[in-house]
Amino acid sequence: MSKKFLSLEEIEKRFPILAKDDYVAVTNVNLEIKENEIVAIIGHSGCGKSTLLNMISGLDAQTEGAILLENEHVKGPGPERAVVFQNHSLLPWLSVYQNIEMAVKKVMPELSAAELRNRVEKFISMVNLDHAKDKLPGEISGGMKQRVGIARALSIKPKVLLMDEPFGALDSLTRANLQEHLMRIQENVKNTVIIITHDIDEAVLLSDRVIMMTNGPDATVGEILEVNLQRPRDRVALQSNPEYIRCREAILSFLYEKFAKDDE
Amino acid sequence: MNKELIKKIVLPLIVLVIIIQGWSGIAHIVEDFPTPSETYVAAFGGINSDGDEIVGVLSDPFYVNNQDDKGIFWQIVASLQRVFAGFVLAVLVGVPLGLFIGMSKNAQYAFDPFIQILKPVSPLAWLPLLLFIFQDISMTAISTIFITSIWPIIINTTLGVKNVSEDYMNVAKVLQFSPLEKIVQIILPVSVPYIFTGMRLSLGIAWLVIVAAEMLTGGIGIGFWIWDEYNNLNYNNIIIGIIVVGLIGYILDLIMGKIADYFDYTKKGRV
Repeated sequence: MSKKFLSLEEIEKRFPILAKDDYVAVTNVNLEIKENEIVAIIGHSGCGKSTLLNMISGLDAQTEGAILLENEHVKGPGPERAVVFQNHSLLPWLSVYQNIEMAVKKVMPELSAAELRNRVEKFISMVNLDHAKDKLPGEISGGMKQRVGIARALSIKPKVLLMDEPFGALDSLTRANLQEHLMRIQENVKNTVIIITHDIDEAVLLSDRVIMMTNGPDATVGEILEVNLQRPRDRVALQSNPEYIRCREAILSFLYEKFAKDDE
Repeated sequence: MNKELIKKIVLPLIVLVIIIQGWSGIAHIVEDFPTPSETYVAAFGGINSDGDEIVGVLSDPFYVNNQDDKGIFWQIVASLQRVFAGFVLAVLVGVPLGLFIGMSKNAQYAFDPFIQILKPVSPLAWLPLLLFIFQDISMTAISTIFITSIWPIIINTTLGVKNVSEDYMNVAKVLQFSPLEKIVQIILPVSVPYIFTGMRLSLGIAWLVIVAAEMLTGGIGIGFWIWDEYNNLNYNNIIIGIIVVGLIGYILDLIMGKIADYFDYTKKGRV
């Protein structure tokens, strides 16, 4: 059942500092992520969670250790590990449609013109943006932009969807709306998702497992929490669910008791 | 009527009156300096101060008497041809070079000192060298324009490339774009507004340079025409020449500005 899908083995990331010892951002990270699993990585700022995601995406290289996706070493970025960036990173001179089309065209060059159009429109519909498909990113709201970012990432049929604090820059109502979108999409199309967050509710609501990171330097995986909640999940009903409360408390306790961090 | 619009029309007119008054004052002090009314007659025809009926420079711009005596229209056409030839060459060389320098730190280290040293060199300093090389009026003028108007294109293109956000490049990396795809799909769209700013500056310089270059090389062209009128003691026509050069420069800049806006994605669809 749990065949090795994505595994991180003895990952360490050091940043050289002039005339000093290297800064060890993350060290000794071992993780196994199953297919179609949603994993949240949570930790205080500076715990290296984004660094970890960048290494999985290949945008940044680990100093030590290996990352394997379906038994193949991850070397550099690639479309099978699609990234949803925090600031959406849509190209502002392309319309919503063209932003997704550009990605699909590049990753699936074998598609005919009609198949290409169908695929792009399917993913625009998936995030309910049919009415905005010809708009430029500058003409739509932050939440809509991030939905385009998600559609673009999913449209290239990635093996893993990497989300780097995808809703961090949005207000809480918009964030809730996007979380619903993500859960609904996940119901229909199973994806393996790794989501970086600093929001405890978001982590519990969305994920099957929550990876809690200790503080940097020398950050590593502190605890791993299984979230045993049925899907689909209802954010209102969950508030009084004992398992939800247990998970929240476990994360709160980890972040604010075991690894509390003073703000400088 | 719109108050702002009235101001936009009336205020320049007031300044125009002041300029003409000042001009008349200078004409009063400096011997043989053309007055505004004499210049008007020289431009549009009428009875001049000697009582002769003359045809204005601007009322008959298309005449061709012989190879060396053509109307002001043909002088302008000759100058514009050289300006565009030099300008197009500068764009063709400057944009790719700017892209290259912008994308490669090593290229920047290699080229930057020379760009900084050559950029401030006056076109008039290049002219003798280029005249010596080409021994041809047009080629000299064109190459002088090329070498003096290429710098803003290179510098602004480089600046545009440097302005490509790391986020866009990350998108390109995840999609595994080839270097050419990166240039066409990401770098060029971001740089285009900068490139056009460079081209606008460059065209302005080219138009500045052509007058000076033609004065020294001779032949045909608005620059040489002005110099020729000086030698013929037609001081009226020098002033007409200055105004014409100014107007054409202004029109060129307006056209470049419109083209630049057309290609600038930041000027489209903003709410």
